[in-house]
Amino acid sequence: MTTVYMDNNATTQVAPEVLEAMLPYFHDLYGNPSSAHTFGGQVGRRIREARERVAQLLGALPDEIIFTSCGSESDNTAIMSALHTEEGKNHIVTSRVEHPAVKVLCGQLGKHEYRVTEIPVDREGRLDMDRYKDSLTQDTAIVSLMWANNETGAIFPVEEAAQMAKSRGIVFHTDAVQAVGKIPIDLKNSAIDMLSISGHKLHAPKGVGVLYVRKGTKYAPFLIGGHQERGRRGGTENTASIIALGKACELAGKHMEDENTRVKALRDKLEQGILEKVPQCRVNGGGAERLPNTSNISFESIEGEAILLLMDEFGICASSGSACTSGSLQPSHVLRAMGVPFTMAHGSIRFSLSIYNTEEEVDFVVEKIPPIIETLRELSPFWKPEEGICATGT
Amino acid sequence: MWEYTEKVKEHFLKPKNAGEVEDANAVGEVGSMACGDALKLTLKVDEKGKIEDAKFQTFGCASAIASASALTEMIKGKSLEEAEKISNQDIADFLGGLPKEKMHCSVLGRQALEAALANYKGEPVKEQEGEIVCECFGVTDLEIERAIRENDLKTVEEVTDYTKAGGGCESCHDRIREIIAKVRKEERPLARPKLSNIKKIRMIEETIESEIRPSLQHDGGDIELIDVIGNRVLVATRGSCAVCNAAQITLKSLVEGKLHEFVSPELVVEEVKE
Repeated sequence: MTTVYMDNNATTQVAPEVLEAMLPYFHDLYGNPSSAHTFGGQVGRRIREARERVAQLLGALPDEIIFTSCGSESDNTAIMSALHTEEGKNHIVTSRVEHPAVKVLCGQLGKHEYRVTEIPVDREGRLDMDRYKDSLTQDTAIVSLMWANNETGAIFPVEEAAQMAKSRGIVFHTDAVQAVGKIPIDLKNSAIDMLSISGHKLHAPKGVGVLYVRKGTKYAPFLIGGHQERGRRGGTENTASIIALGKACELAGKHMEDENTRVKALRDKLEQGILEKVPQCRVNGGGAERLPNTSNISFESIEGEAILLLMDEFGICASSGSACTSGSLQPSHVLRAMGVPFTMAHGSIRFSLSIYNTEEEVDFVVEKIPPIIETLRELSPFWKPEEGICATGT
Repeated sequence: MWEYTEKVKEHFLKPKNAGEVEDANAVGEVGSMACGDALKLTLKVDEKGKIEDAKFQTFGCASAIASASALTEMIKGKSLEEAEKISNQDIADFLGGLPKEKMHCSVLGRQALEAALANYKGEPVKEQEGEIVCECFGVTDLEIERAIRENDLKTVEEVTDYTKAGGGCESCHDRIREIIAKVRKEERPLARPKLSNIKKIRMIEETIESEIRPSLQHDGGDIELIDVIGNRVLVATRGSCAVCNAAQITLKSLVEGKLHEFVSPELVVEEVKE
């Protein structure tokens, strides 16, 4: 059975060019970049190049790029750094729909000496900017808002939010794990102080991330003990993965247009195809500005895990915001924050595409989904076929 | 992804008895969409009290669908008395086990069966008894107590796995802990009533027969109960046990251990040499 992979917000395949670029660092070029000898030193030069490539994709300076082990480490580092350097300030502003790397950390901090404000979103997943503006105080140490939501693809106006923070002297961090590589980002004239990237979301391998720290931003390292990354992140460099991430960023720049035209068209075709054929379903976040690759669709009267497992029988990979898939008993905190009724949140499926998806795959999924939904609805005591209305996101 | 048994997958991918029995005379509906799973069970019971037909409709995950499908297979052809005895553990066992986080799916099955049987007997739909402990999932103290008793639950996490209680905002965790403590306190004296001598000897004999002898005989050994004096259990070793250097260890760990578990923790095993 062939795999139809539409779960790219979970993780992506390593691009063939990326794999090729990283392999020599496991056998021929295994030296430690910190070594005095030429054999190791040459690796240091290649890491510099990778740093430049990452910086270029972001419109940043190479010195502003710190390699980490993952997006979560970058998020944790950014928030803890601001809390250390902004002494005396004990307030954190974030949103209700953040990734757990930010949400759970802030929740923990909120149990101790910090006050945390979670800004709500509307039905489409758009940030309440009035509430955001009102939340910023003299005590606010840091704002952490995601650039794009992993579940719905909804994009926050982070630049505008960062300007508001900057004018009040507040550090601004954004978790851009889902945004980088999918939409253009230019930090050159931005008010954003810190930004997180995860390698495996843009066709680099798992286990490598980046924290961008704007020049001049006060910074306290999280991992201490090594001089690596100019003392800003201790630990021997994950050279092969860093090289890979550099290559992946270069490719992302090249594919940016494809992502925002062809991939977006595929996503739209998938979404429209499903909405047309399946009654009583709706796109979550469809009314917001969205990533070009993401579609989150709720199917009334049925449960997401069951949908995923039937899709799995055809090799179709996606995700669900249902409680059962997460191991918790409540459906996605993102969909609940958006006020999506529980009944619809339980039946939500997220499709997330990449440049490697084809039109044939989209057609295949559009063909397979309706009978899957019908099968499960026939089993459901809540399904009332006579009420077959299809609501779009608006 | 959950690790489901082949049997769970089979009942999910090809559910048995999906739908509604047309001329049903017993209907049980439990759960709600807000809770994430719901089950409607319809039965046709014949005049002799035998379940002639059973069908289900489920809103829920793969294991909820599989549990409902399994339940209908288990009760078809059974008498009402037999069906009444089916526990949530029986449903899970039928499926070759469920992931522990999914045990509440089997509880849902048992609840639907109970509701259907009550409906058949003409009992009114029960008002929810007890007081709500978990506001998020509407679980009462009585439901939690029952799950603790029937499944020997010890932690809040286990209670959540079986009843969902405590799986939301978590503000009821302290209350659940109190209920666990209360039930376990009650159970101890119940499980160990004061034994009369005759009852004690009978229980010792039964335990030796069913719990001890099979494993000794497996190794070519055996024991014989000679006498019981107060809490002293006098036994003689037979077969390979009689010549085995480790017999003393076996007597203490296996024989005494089982007797402590099944009869009374006060018993002391002594070997009688003949």
